[in-house]
Amino acid sequence: MIDLQPHLPILQVVIPLLGSLLTAFIRRGTLSWLVTLIVTWTLPFIAVALFLQVQAAGAPIYYKLGNWEAPFGIVYKVDVLSAFMLCLVSGAAAVIMPFARKSVASEIDSHQQSWYYTMYLLCLAGLLGIIITNDAFNAFVFLEVSSLSTYVLIALGRHRRALVASYQYLIMGTIGATLYIIGVGLLYLLTGSLNFDDIAARLTSDLVWPLEPLLAALAFIFVGLSLKLALFPLHVWLPNAYAYAPSFATVFLAGTATKVAIYLLVRVMFEVFGVALTFDRLPVAEILIVLSVAAMFIASFSAVFEDNAKRMLAYSSVAQIGYITLGIGLFNQAGLTGAFAHVANHAVMKTALFLALGAAFYRIGSVRFSDLEGIGRRMPLTMGALVIAGIGLMGTPGTAGFISKWYLAMGALEAGSWLLVFLIVASSLISVIYVGKLVEVMWLRAPSPAAAEAKEAPLSMLVPLLLLAAATIYLGFDTRLTVDIGNQIATLLLGGLK
Amino acid sequence: MLSLTPEQLMLAALVIPYIAAVLIPLCWRVPNIREGVTLVAAVALATVVWNLYPHVIDGARPEIVGFSVAPGLDFAFKVEPLGLLFGLVASTLWVVNSVYSIGYMRGNNEPRQTQFYVCFAVALGATIALAFSKNLFTLFIFYELLTLSTYPLVTHKATPDAFKAGRVYLFMLVGTSMVLLLPAIIATWVFAGTLDFTPGGIFADKVSPVLMGGLLVLFIFGIGKAALMPGHFWLPAAMVAPTPVSALLHAVAVVKAGVFTVLKVIVFIFGIETLAEAGTGAWLLWAASFTVLTASIIALRQDNLKKRLAYSTVSQLSYIVLAAAILTPISAIGAAMHIAGHAVAKITLFFAAGSIYTAAHKTEISELNGIGWKMPWTMTAFAVGSLAMIGLPPTAGFFGKWFMLSAASTTQDWLVIAVIVLSTVLNACYFLPIIIRAFFREPEKVVAGHAVGAQYAGHNDDHGEAPWPIVVALTVTASMTVLLFFFPSVPFNLAQLMVAG
Repeated sequence: MIDLQPHLPILQVVIPLLGSLLTAFIRRGTLSWLVTLIVTWTLPFIAVALFLQVQAAGAPIYYKLGNWEAPFGIVYKVDVLSAFMLCLVSGAAAVIMPFARKSVASEIDSHQQSWYYTMYLLCLAGLLGIIITNDAFNAFVFLEVSSLSTYVLIALGRHRRALVASYQYLIMGTIGATLYIIGVGLLYLLTGSLNFDDIAARLTSDLVWPLEPLLAALAFIFVGLSLKLALFPLHVWLPNAYAYAPSFATVFLAGTATKVAIYLLVRVMFEVFGVALTFDRLPVAEILIVLSVAAMFIASFSAVFEDNAKRMLAYSSVAQIGYITLGIGLFNQAGLTGAFAHVANHAVMKTALFLALGAAFYRIGSVRFSDLEGIGRRMPLTMGALVIAGIGLMGTPGTAGFISKWYLAMGALEAGSWLLVFLIVASSLISVIYVGKLVEVMWLRAPSPAAAEAKEAPLSMLVPLLLLAAATIYLGFDTRLTVDIGNQIATLLLGGLK
Repeated sequence: MLSLTPEQLMLAALVIPYIAAVLIPLCWRVPNIREGVTLVAAVALATVVWNLYPHVIDGARPEIVGFSVAPGLDFAFKVEPLGLLFGLVASTLWVVNSVYSIGYMRGNNEPRQTQFYVCFAVALGATIALAFSKNLFTLFIFYELLTLSTYPLVTHKATPDAFKAGRVYLFMLVGTSMVLLLPAIIATWVFAGTLDFTPGGIFADKVSPVLMGGLLVLFIFGIGKAALMPGHFWLPAAMVAPTPVSALLHAVAVVKAGVFTVLKVIVFIFGIETLAEAGTGAWLLWAASFTVLTASIIALRQDNLKKRLAYSTVSQLSYIVLAAAILTPISAIGAAMHIAGHAVAKITLFFAAGSIYTAAHKTEISELNGIGWKMPWTMTAFAVGSLAMIGLPPTAGFFGKWFMLSAASTTQDWLVIAVIVLSTVLNACYFLPIIIRAFFREPEKVVAGHAVGAQYAGHNDDHGEAPWPIVVALTVTASMTVLLFFFPSVPFNLAQLMVAG
């Protein structure tokens, strides 16, 4: 029996990769689902083990692939930030698996179901790889792995517009990835290294670097990743992609994909280039704050006028990403804490919301408001959970969303900006309108013909949904998992200041 | 007397409404048991809260600390005199209101009664928790829960009007609390380093007078439930709800939660003396005075009985804000007394309005000619409530005004005295005509042959009193209104303890 403990970092990526191969060979929907279930339920244990290991060690864990030394070989690095993200992504992927079986079986042709799980595991492997790798090019590879599989996941949607949405995302995503790799190329030309830590060390050494190419590299990477994370106004691919993808793909992507891109951007900005270079030489903070505020308002307003519930929540995601990038743009302790608390909180709440819509779609085959009218009384548990997650999204005290907002607003005050405080709270007011609309349509209206036929969602869909709804409330009171870790991450990132 | 420790009593008070909220939907098939749950919960809650009274008078201040959200920021409860006073008012009136609700909801064949009773229990739970909150953070949680749990009650009728009112209700209450109150709370946390309600306030030496003035603006207008103009629109809109909701929630629990929060903030966050020294709170007198008078004038022009009562509430709430804004201990006592006095009187008035609607299907004041002889109990109770609104003895409304006047004359606030006198005249102008109509005007002649048709149109002129639970409830609250004049010791003792610290 070999000792697996030192190899945990690589297992995080290898297990889903092998799993995807296996499902590709199985070619049978239910069996593939079972394999995927086993794989995704293993990963969170590894992630949590890594997290505890990092906490105990108090220092990052490095894993050298093929035992090649740092600048030459690829190195995986697990610190508080990446361990947190690993837990989040693998946790999200695991929680939603019970939902997958019936949803996928009803939305995907039977001969494609197995491929669907293959793509899902590939995507998961890609996302986890981006998080864990300490290598700029390796990150690009994983970025492409996750992106390409995402295109497939979206394109398999029942609606023909899924193809257009996927194509849109393919073009935008490719541009984003290209810009990223150009930036990485510039960095490599300058420093001769692809290892994040190594580049950072070289940049902070006594050598004098030409500033312009360095800033150009930062700008390329910044814009490229902004496309992937759907920073306003580079978000246009997102609403269609989320709206027309199969329910299960939306549920998965909404909680994970954009957040991993945010993670990579933070890693590059704070750890590779460093706070001084990023925020003093380029107006990155200003750009982030202005675009975030624009996202918070404009995307929220777009959400208000949507008549497709999935698209509405997709626009809401763009707005909520704005909160996260706002906290990053503030780059102070409270702001970053709020940003990373919100990464987790938003993942929980949005996954719950899309799960509820997925369950509704499973029952009535539509997520248009006109069809959802009065569905609350037919599916009380599902839609009750949706209301709780929606209330969380509004940032009501006693829910997870409130905690994020609290720290973001404190961050804004720390930065001395009352204006930003008011913008944060005012934008959450718009979410009151669209969540209110959702509640009014689902609970107060007389049932539509479609909704009148609906029954409560099956147990396999209800359990993850109720779990996440409960988490929305729980995380509003017990903040050790979100704020305390967010605080550690903020300290880690701002350590570069000194 | 229950032989429980104050902490146990407190915990019981906090959870009883939520237990009811879980049990009620389980019993939905058997309405009698379902309503039984509500009644038992209401009586149990009132018993528990009343049992806290002697402990608090003896100086006990029980505490329960739950989760810690951030260092120094706890989800925690503590019973202090003002909170207990509010808790007593809300829980006692819930008992009466539950009896009334049963009569009203069944008498009017209202749909969705299970949902109605569940939301009601949650709203009461939120009110009690808000009253017992140890800090602003905990209070804020239940402030919002109170809004959210009453939204389904406002939209209960499921008509386009109800939806529209629901939107106004939700948007104004959540809106003001998110956009103004939340920044104020966060700023308080950042500047003062705590959110605990502390006798004497937490701002002394930490916050400059100018900033204090700014924060006061945010707090006062952020607490939309206090209905200070121009943040009052939600209250008349909420009148679309069934009358028991208007009676207990929009005359007692929700709006009193607003003025209670204002009082808490002024007394325990700013500190009466600190704010008086800073001198940047003087605008509040003007804002409250404006609301007292303007709302009364608007009330004069309303023909819809519930709308008139709603504007009267807006005006009366600002009395309490006004009393707090005088910034003396005596005026704070007046404010606390008025919370109790106005509560029993206004719930009586709403009960009467609902009684008229149930028995006669009438909603407009101009239709009430001569109704006093058909519904003597209802209209007598209405008269008692009206006297309290005007502030005349022997009713509970007298004390609030008395303490306010005596405080204003000590501080020589002629503005306040003028406002109180003028508004008393206005109160008389919009309540007395209703009583005169009801008892001294002939009912309008019914055109021959039209009477039968009118019955089918909903107007029933051949009616007596409303169902007995309604009559019992309004008689009880009317008696309370009078009894509170003769035996004001409970609210007075608590108010005094509040000021003593």
